[in-house]
Formats: sequence, C-alpha cells, structure tokens
Amino acid sequence: MKRIRTVVLRYVLIHIKSPARLLDLFFWPVMELFVWGFFSMYLAKMDVGLGARLTITLVNALVFWDILYRSQQSLSLAFMEELWTRNVVNLLISPLRHLEWVLGAYIYGLIKTGIIVGLLLGLATLFYAFHVSALGFYLIPMSVNLLLFGYGVGLFTTGLLLRWGHAAEALIWAIPFLIQPFSAIFYPLSVYPGWLKPLVLILPSTHVMESMRRLIDTGVYDWRSFFIAFGLNIVFTVLFTVFCVRMLERGRTNGQLVRMAG
Amino acid sequence: MNEPVVRVAGLRKRYKNVNALDGVDFHVRRGEIYGLLGPNGAGKTTAIHILLGVLSPSAGEISVLGLSPVRDRPRLAPRINFCSAYVQMPFNLSARQNLEIYARLYDVANAREKIESLMAQFRLSALAKNKTGSLSSGEQTRLNLCKAMLNDPELLFLDEPTASLDPDIADLVRRQLIDFRKNKGLTIVYTSHNMAEVEALCDRVLFIHRGRAMAEGTPAEIQNRFKQESLEKVFIHLARTGDVTDASTGAS
Repeated sequence: MKRIRTVVLRYVLIHIKSPARLLDLFFWPVMELFVWGFFSMYLAKMDVGLGARLTITLVNALVFWDILYRSQQSLSLAFMEELWTRNVVNLLISPLRHLEWVLGAYIYGLIKTGIIVGLLLGLATLFYAFHVSALGFYLIPMSVNLLLFGYGVGLFTTGLLLRWGHAAEALIWAIPFLIQPFSAIFYPLSVYPGWLKPLVLILPSTHVMESMRRLIDTGVYDWRSFFIAFGLNIVFTVLFTVFCVRMLERGRTNGQLVRMAG
Repeated sequence: MNEPVVRVAGLRKRYKNVNALDGVDFHVRRGEIYGLLGPNGAGKTTAIHILLGVLSPSAGEISVLGLSPVRDRPRLAPRINFCSAYVQMPFNLSARQNLEIYARLYDVANAREKIESLMAQFRLSALAKNKTGSLSSGEQTRLNLCKAMLNDPELLFLDEPTASLDPDIADLVRRQLIDFRKNKGLTIVYTSHNMAEVEALCDRVLFIHRGRAMAEGTPAEIQNRFKQESLEKVFIHLARTGDVTDASTGAS
C-alpha cells in the first residue's frame, strides 16, 4: 500500500507543480462544457421540441465523455511522464511492482477525474441550471463503467507505447477519439446504420450513454445495461491487460524498453 | 571477498541482425569493483540492462545475488540499485522530493536523515529545494547517485556515472564509492570510458568488443598481458585491432 500511495503522491506532485499540466487538466473540459452548454441552450430556445432535456442530455454526455477520456489519459500519460523524464529504468528496477504502478496511476486518475467532473457539474449548475439530481445515485454505476472502460483503453494505449515508444505518443490522444463517434455519446444508438450497430454495441460506453438517455427520458435506470457494460468491461480489461503485458515482454526482449527509457 | 554476487555464463543477446552479446562469461565477487569496458556499442550497457532485468537475454545463465533478475525481481530489487548518466528523474520535482519518493519506494528507514546525509556527501545540500530540471547534468548525475545509495544496496550498477562530471566532482564521486565499498561492503559493476578512473577504481575489468569478451583480469594483469603502458593503450589496441593475442606468451 505504501508504494501505491507513493505513486499517487508522486503524480499529484508532478501535476500540481506544473502550471502547464494544470491548465491542460482544466482548460479543455471547461471550454467544451461552455461550447456544448451554450449550443444546447440555443437549440432549446429554437424550440426543436426537446426543451430543457436537450441541455441535460448534452451536458451529461459531455461530462461522461470526460470521465472516459480522463481515466484513459491518466494511465497512458503517467507512463508517458516517465518516458519524457527518462525515469522508466529507475522505476523498473525499484521494488515497485507493475501492478502497484498501474493501481497508483488508476487512483491518481480517479482523483483527477473526480476533480474535473466535480468542477464541470458545478459550472453546469451555475450556468445552465443543471441538476445532478437528474441522474442521482445512478451517476455512480454509470461512472464506474466509464472509468473501467477508460482504464482498459489506457492499458491498450500504454501497450502501444511499450511497443512503439515515442512514435506511438500521438495515439494516446487519438485512440479515445476513435471510440467517441461509435459510443453513442452525443446521439442515440438509433442514429447508426444497421451494419454498424454490432460494432457500436461492443463498446461498454454505448450502453452507459444509452442508459443515461433512457434515465433522463423515463426516470428509470436500466440495470441490464449496467451489467452488459460491466461484462464487456471485464472482457476488454482482460484483453488489454494481456496485450499490455505482452508488449512489456516484447519491449524487454527487443530492447525497446531501455531504448526509449534513455 | 570471494563469494560471487554476479554469475554470467554464455550470455547472448541478439537483435535482428546484430549480436549485441555473443557468449559472454564473467563473475563478480562480493565487495569487488568490476569494470565492464569496451568501445561504444560493445555491449556493456546491454549486459547491465540484462543484469537489472529490464532486458531479456537471448541465451545464457544469469544469477544476481543468487537470484534471477526477472523471476525474483521482488526479492532482488530492494538489494540492488543503479545509476546512469543517461537516466533522469522528474524535472519539476525538487531534488529532495525525488529522493523522498524513492526512499518511500525502497522503504528506507530514517529516510529524512539518510537523504540529508547523502546530499551532503555528494555536495547537493544547497540544491535540495531546487527543481531537478534546473540542475546541471553533473548535479543530476550526483542526484542519481544519491538515489542509487538510498537503500544501502549490496550491489550497485553504475553506467558511466562520471561521464558528465568535472574532474573535481568526478574525484569526489570516486572517493565516495571507495568509502561505500570499504564501509558497507558494497559490490559495484562499473562502466566507464575514462581508463585512468578505471585503473584507480576497479579491482578487475572485462574488455568487451562487438559483444565478445576479449580479456579479463586486474588492470595491471591486462597491461602486462598486452605489454601496454596504460589501460587506455590496451583499450585502443583492442578496439582498433580486436587482437587478443597475449603479448607476454603469444597465446590467444
């Protein structure tokens, strides 16, 4: 536990001591919130028949997307941080176990995501009369699935870094945006053509977003969607963990690990 | 002094078309400072990375403190450490914060005192609150040396630790290492291109060239064997000719 706490402390220190990282943490999600928040208010004023529900749905979608995105980034950027500072070998030879490193990065991601989501919900309440109570307790099971999926994708992108090193850096930011259009985040599942739906339904995020919209529309939370998303998350986590471990072993064999470490 | 802490037999590391190490054998005795020497690309750092467990060998047997560097990592890691002029620490943490983090990872007892003492020994006390990124390369190397000594390792791997140090600080570092060896029985595996330094520090050395072990012995034995007046001349002779013929006997 002490080593996991140390990893968390270390990443928190690295973050709060860097104005650039702090700006990056808050700037983009807040700006996105303003864009989508005002856009949905504009649509509501145009009276397209959705009224205030549109704002609630879009702001929730945005916050949920940020949960997924930030949790994915927390793991991959934690590893990137070590690459940038050429510190990987120091950590790999220390008593810190790989699992402790990953768990530390997860907890750090949870803290970061919690702070951003709290800020976004606060700003949404202030500017758009948004009420968290629209989702209430169900915010928790939905967030859990998004965090798990984000962490899983984070393992995948970290695996890419282990395999291709700095050449794969851009993918840390690109991969989540490959997922975004196919997760029914800002529009419902019914929008997708039939041939694409099986792919869309494989992603746990789709089930979370659909259940969120259903909850707003009907006031009923679909637990079935929670368990489907959770089951898919287990499958993805296992697959991505195997991928990441194999890439680590490959990096250890082909020398990529020490080459990119300095 | 005679118990081997590192045993390497038939060590091979092959990348696609290159043999980085081609059947290297050596052992390092407890309390010894053992130098791995050779031109750039000879395979010295590759050997150290394999002994640290961050690189897998293609073939061969390796034992570090009687353990496997990869399989027994949790038991081995607290007993060894590493410093390289090419490995750094997070730039935006202060020098002291970086050491505090590693002290926690290594579960160092009385960490605060230990850190203060090491920083004083490596003349870093005045820079303790400075951001690591603002330190000169020589200061960062000394910070890395502090990190490497935090856990009182039994075995220390040093990869060109004095590469970026001025002569005064390089001398300080050498004296510190000799003190650590004397007072704590530290064993050191050392790479350097500074042959005068190697002569002053190392009990035995192994010359590696193109992945192959070419000569092993004390610096004096090696000089005698190749009839050269300094280790530097032996280095140049081996690097340029690859001729391992024993000049004293004519045997290869």
